Amino acid sequence: MKRKYTVGSGLLFLLIAGGVGYLIGLGLDALIMKNVRWTAPVPSAFSLLFAFTAFFFGVYGYRGITRGLVYQVVWTLIGGFIVTGIRVMMGLSVFGGFFFTEPAWVFGALVGAVAFLFGVGVMDDWVKWARGIDTPEFHEDEPGWEKFLGVSLDHKVIGIQYTVTALFLISVGGTFALIFRTELAASGLQFLNVGMNLFGQNGPQLYNTLMSLHGMIMIVSILLGIAGIINYAVPLLVGAHDMAFPRMNAFAYWVSVPAAVLLLMSLVLGGFDTGWTGYPPLSVKAPVGQQMFFLGVFIAGWSSILGALNVIATVVRMRARGMTAMRMPILVWASVATSIIALTATQLIGLSFQLVMFQRLFGMGFFDPAKGGNPVLFQHLFWFYSHPAVYVFVLPGLGVISELLPVFVRKPLFGYRWVAMSSLGIALVGFLVWAHHMFTSGMNEYLRVPFMYSTLLVAVPTGVKFFSWVATIWGGKIETPTPMLFVLGAIVVFLMGGLSGPPNATVSVDLHLHDTYFIVGHFHDTIFGGFVFPFFAAIYYWFPKATGRRMNEFWGKVHFWLMTPSFLILTFGMMRVGLLGMRRRIADYDPAQGFDTTHLILTIAAFAIALSVLIFLINFFHSIKHGEKAQGNVWNSRSPEWQVSSPMPAHNYETPFEVVGEPYDYGLPGSKYIDFVPAQGGKH
Amino acid sequence: MRHFVIVGILVIALAVLTYVGLDSAGLMPVPASAQAGPIDWLWDLQVKAMSFLFSLIVVPMLYSLLVFRRKKGDTTDAVHVEGNTTLEVVWTVIPLVVVLGMAFVGAQNLGETRRADPDAMVVNVTGFQWGWSFEYPEYGITSKELYLPVNKQVLLKMTSRDVIHSFWVPEFRVKQDLVPGRITELRITPTLLGDTYKVRCSEICGTSHAYMENPVIVVEKVAFDAWVAEQQALAAEAGQTPEGRGLALVTANGCRGCHSIDGSPGVGPTWFRLAGSEVPLSGGGTVIADDAFLAESILQPQAKIVAGFEAQQMPAYNFTEEQVADIIAYIKTLK
Repeated sequence: MKRKYTVGSGLLFLLIAGGVGYLIGLGLDALIMKNVRWTAPVPSAFSLLFAFTAFFFGVYGYRGITRGLVYQVVWTLIGGFIVTGIRVMMGLSVFGGFFFTEPAWVFGALVGAVAFLFGVGVMDDWVKWARGIDTPEFHEDEPGWEKFLGVSLDHKVIGIQYTVTALFLISVGGTFALIFRTELAASGLQFLNVGMNLFGQNGPQLYNTLMSLHGMIMIVSILLGIAGIINYAVPLLVGAHDMAFPRMNAFAYWVSVPAAVLLLMSLVLGGFDTGWTGYPPLSVKAPVGQQMFFLGVFIAGWSSILGALNVIATVVRMRARGMTAMRMPILVWASVATSIIALTATQLIGLSFQLVMFQRLFGMGFFDPAKGGNPVLFQHLFWFYSHPAVYVFVLPGLGVISELLPVFVRKPLFGYRWVAMSSLGIALVGFLVWAHHMFTSGMNEYLRVPFMYSTLLVAVPTGVKFFSWVATIWGGKIETPTPMLFVLGAIVVFLMGGLSGPPNATVSVDLHLHDTYFIVGHFHDTIFGGFVFPFFAAIYYWFPKATGRRMNEFWGKVHFWLMTPSFLILTFGMMRVGLLGMRRRIADYDPAQGFDTTHLILTIAAFAIALSVLIFLINFFHSIKHGEKAQGNVWNSRSPEWQVSSPMPAHNYETPFEVVGEPYDYGLPGSKYIDFVPAQGGKH
Repeated sequence: MRHFVIVGILVIALAVLTYVGLDSAGLMPVPASAQAGPIDWLWDLQVKAMSFLFSLIVVPMLYSLLVFRRKKGDTTDAVHVEGNTTLEVVWTVIPLVVVLGMAFVGAQNLGETRRADPDAMVVNVTGFQWGWSFEYPEYGITSKELYLPVNKQVLLKMTSRDVIHSFWVPEFRVKQDLVPGRITELRITPTLLGDTYKVRCSEICGTSHAYMENPVIVVEKVAFDAWVAEQQALAAEAGQTPEGRGLALVTANGCRGCHSIDGSPGVGPTWFRLAGSEVPLSGGGTVIADDAFLAESILQPQAKIVAGFEAQQMPAYNFTEEQVADIIAYIKTLK
């Protein structure tokens, strides 16, 4: 019957396949280049793909994610060889320094990503329907942890899949940050110098690749992280048995996996040196890794768009009886606001990256001044998504803050309507501010002024949130278990991000601040305050709901008290050197500027943050099996999901509920938010 | 009521303390241009606003945490307060007025930094991977260093030869991107003498982006004129010999941003003792670096790639035959 697979056998397979892949790559590379190149891109690429795939084979066997990855590897090669064959017939160059030529890699990668989806099995039902075969509405999941490595239609499983994938990518992106943060600890190039060579890149190029990938991998991990929170929590909060489109939900998750593989592939295929923004003409000149990056982001965008569509449909159509708009939990409002942005803006980053891909592949001159193109146009298209994207990242986190605060201060959320509307306000204004990223770009100089006005307007709805939070806390009977600590930390850190924002909005001051470490510090404050802290709060808070056990409280507090001061030191230091003249995205800095000491402190702070996250990860995985049992209403919350036992039953509420009161009426005697009422026939 | 009075006093105290602390830390570099004046003024105003808002949020939060903490053994909920519409309107409308005012002040402030002097000295700036070249059309000279007379507005007309770069001297504050295929402008009036300023590229432009820094030197008018005369004489003298003309070309095109002349490693192969040496090629084999190879490497850099430099993309240069000969003559002097 079923073989017993373990993490140990996975690691064994990983090592063996990594070695085999490396040797195959080395052989192929030597064949093409007539030279044995130990640190060349191709052996590393093969090693990475093989090891990744074999790990899951060892853990899980040939099904689900393993089959998806095998399909992806095989079809990437098949696609590559198809284009190579066509090139042979056309008399074009056949192989290059990266084994395949660039068009062959791009086509292969695209085919491979599509093949992954068929391999993993997320297309199965649709394929069957197309062939006229009926399938059951629900597929029962395996009982154990194995269900997380294959296709499941249960929103709770998908939410956890998203969350764990996000944690994995956060670890990868964080490791990249530690590598280049270490290089920055002193001026001069310590180990990423021109003498070294890895994956076809010398030290400074590898620095640029790691820095660029840190940005985009973290962005993807954030998108997956918020999808995790939303997927897990929203159907429970609105009383639905699942998301509106469970198959599309699974598709949206699984499409992000080949996208993440492509992003990692870009590291070994020559890398790219553009930062996560990928501005042409620089991105037109970068190695083939740039194309893997573009394609990875393009495919990850599908995850975001389809996920957002699903959230909106679920909230609009599947709320419990009596849950009017103004009685929805506040996190649901935030999720809708974020989904509106993700659904309507994500296309623009995909489009802008696609145009550069086409410029590279087909010589189309969209952004090439020699062919009548305009490099600044790219920046408009890019930021039209990438600024609202920041609100996609933070709105769910701000929703988590508003959702959790009343539970731990035992008071209603102050000004519920205003907080709900401020999310929509931020989403709306967020669409009108993109050009504040371009004040120095050479766009029309007078247009900078209206964008200054619109950008400063964002402060108004954001202010409403802050004031309402403070008013909620004021006079509450405050408890501070770990989730509440992270909520409070989120408010303080997001406040730092919020306060350092307006100077960037005023054009003249921004002429000094733009592209410096001040922006880096500001941005990390908004993202940690708006996503990372609330994400941790949400995990600590809903962990008992998902597993029936609590995470360790002591280590949770250690995590918080180690991470928060380190992080504040990190971003204060960043802003400090930025104001004094530290440019962003540089591998080295002028010792005459006197930043060495500050950078050393920043590097130490970064390692402290990494240590705290490591503590969190150990706590997380350890508590799944060994945490203290917690099956009841752990936080004494009014929210519907806590009124039933943990872990949540497979199809959520066995008895549907009806909303009979306000969600946050803590302190009002006799008040109720929901009543469980037996269904009166039919599904809701 | 007592709580509100205490918190009010604490908010003001912390706001003052925060501002004094930030202000005394010396947040900005030395202001060295007329444009820095209004920018630093507005920044200071914003630091005051930030200090106040920081206190306004943090003090009541910390105060609540300390004073309203749940007492041991208390399991009841807090007082039921749903909200207050007047308060919500107040903290929507006041910030709205403040940010509109800030935007208005910001627009005025931007105008001040852009005040144009019709007699400004024009300098044509070219950015390239990885360096800067400054051409003074009035004087017919080109330099790697940006020499500027003090208290005289300079109009920088900037473009890029390859990718986007950005002109920034932190002490001058203002910043402007250089975009290939078009000319962007920036006006700066240096007000403080100094020879340690640097123009630092602040838009990522590839491998050696960090090192795209050239000196900026602000001098008295007399010293500036002397420098101009000296440069003109040097240019005239260098024009006499092939290696002199070659050096001028190499400087104007920023070749040494990648190719060192002393044997130290760089983004491209060093030129030190290059001429006549045996060079290993990517994909095996070697070639003697004779005139033909050097010329080919300048005009068609991708034709033969030196081993270890596969990932680099040197652009092809459109030099005339004489110019190529001049550059080779210069490279031959590097022994």
